[in-house]
Amino acid sequence: MDKKLEPIVKAVQAKFGATLEEFRDEVHLFVKPEQIVEALTLLRDEQNFELLSALTAVDYYPQETPRFHVIYQLTSIAKNLSVQVRVPVNGNSPKVQTATRVFESANWRERELLDMFGIEIEGHPDPRRILMPEGTEGHPLRKDFPLGYEEPQFTFNFDEIDLRKPYAKE
Amino acid sequence: MAQLEEVSIEQFKHLVSERALTGETMLLNMGPQHPSTHGVLRLLLELDGEIVVNCIPDIGYLHTGIEKNMEAKTYQKAEVMTDRLDYMNTMGNNLAYVMAVEKLVDVDVPPRAQALRVILVELQRIASHLVWLGTSGLDLGAMSMFLYCFREREQILDIFELVSGQRMMTTYIRPGGVWRDVPVEFEKAVRDFLKTFPKRVDEYETLLTKNPLFIDRMVAIGHLSKETALSYGVTGPTLRASGVDWDLRKARPYCGYEQYDFNVPVLHEGDTYARYLVRIQEFRESLKIVEQAMNRLPLGPVRSENRKFVPPPRSEIGVSMESLIHHFKLWTEGFPAPKASIYSAIESPRGEQGVFLEGDGGPKPLRVHLRTPSFDNLAVVPQIVKGHLVADLVAILASIDIVLGDIDR
Repeated sequence: MDKKLEPIVKAVQAKFGATLEEFRDEVHLFVKPEQIVEALTLLRDEQNFELLSALTAVDYYPQETPRFHVIYQLTSIAKNLSVQVRVPVNGNSPKVQTATRVFESANWRERELLDMFGIEIEGHPDPRRILMPEGTEGHPLRKDFPLGYEEPQFTFNFDEIDLRKPYAKE
Repeated sequence: MAQLEEVSIEQFKHLVSERALTGETMLLNMGPQHPSTHGVLRLLLELDGEIVVNCIPDIGYLHTGIEKNMEAKTYQKAEVMTDRLDYMNTMGNNLAYVMAVEKLVDVDVPPRAQALRVILVELQRIASHLVWLGTSGLDLGAMSMFLYCFREREQILDIFELVSGQRMMTTYIRPGGVWRDVPVEFEKAVRDFLKTFPKRVDEYETLLTKNPLFIDRMVAIGHLSKETALSYGVTGPTLRASGVDWDLRKARPYCGYEQYDFNVPVLHEGDTYARYLVRIQEFRESLKIVEQAMNRLPLGPVRSENRKFVPPPRSEIGVSMESLIHHFKLWTEGFPAPKASIYSAIESPRGEQGVFLEGDGGPKPLRVHLRTPSFDNLAVVPQIVKGHLVADLVAILASIDIVLGDIDR
């Protein structure tokens, strides 16, 4: 761990009881879902982490508790440091609080979480799907969502498969 | 397939002003097929006459599920997907992904490969900025810019074809190095470009920088403050034009960027013209880096000798049983990566191109997330276009330099 990062990690651990994981100089702090807005506010206001670089999630299906990790990758421009905050979320009605009041960039990123993972964002100002069209069923980046493939057509079954192919017909 | 619901005003009710509901202001679609949106981007505009009251971007028309597809491929095979991401910055995307993989499995990269990566990524930056300059000139009515810029870009794409066999979808940078050494013609091609291009940049500047019509369209348009930019996660030249000195090449050097002498242009105005000037200056800085890297291009291998992750050269396969086994294992099964996650980022022409990679112990990634700069850079557009004319919206969009393949993934 970077020496400059140690006091920051200690501050977060002292306040939120966060657990720490390290891998190749990267620091991952685990906080509880209800603490995330506070933790992000503390990191932004007291520790100069002014940029939310990435906000995403990982699906650990079939593991149910926690099924998802929501990941907040923070960057401090003033101190040239990075820290990752992770929030474990259960698979049964997953939800996190919105971070839009801390970082505006969370707005679209959280819509992506909602769209791709079906994680409910509490208090989001604009909870619509962002990449998939409105009315899509399912959440594509969940591990139980099939990848899908195109059925190969041969001369003997061309018409039969053509009937159920999902493209626009004349 | 799900049935698409009809789009109605009800969906956007919380995003438009009350005047739109009474019909006082007009709602107008700009795009998805519109030349100045640089791809398939739909902007729902609320207009009061010519003035933009609200702007609601609607993205996803180019969504191809790259992240999902990458989860189903081995680490090496997933790399081809990154070319299709930001199609103006294919070398950069390859580098961002490859660096994440290298960090995850811990592979070393020989110095010659590092220098080649720097040369190609900087050439790619110039090519990407050329497309930006050409198309944004076109948006503002400077038709000839488009033709000049694409002429020079073609020179760079020829260099890419020389080294990788492909003009755009290169996949040249591979885990542990690059695909193969550059051919002998490479040096001359790059030197020729270095000789001609500085004069071309001067030409562009005579055409645009002091052009009164151009200045009228650009100065004091689309002001983006430092605080808004940071809160919205804006990075790259757009952030540097707002007065934040943040460039990952300087702040967290990768591929040996610390060896090269270059400046990071920073301006404080934060308007469309400042964003233009920052990118024009980046042309010259990138040229400096390419020249230095060419002058001290070391000799030696271009791929790591770590056979567990990097395939052996073709010549060894016929004579060494071990090499044959390695080759077979790498291209059928792939290499396993530890059960851990990595976030690694590079400075792309548009900003922080980050790759979040999580392995599950097997040869395929558990999760790949591509943090694309255009996504956040576009999210700030609704804030900065408010109160401007529709024609200014075109200039602002052009100055942010969005690539829809980058946004929708």
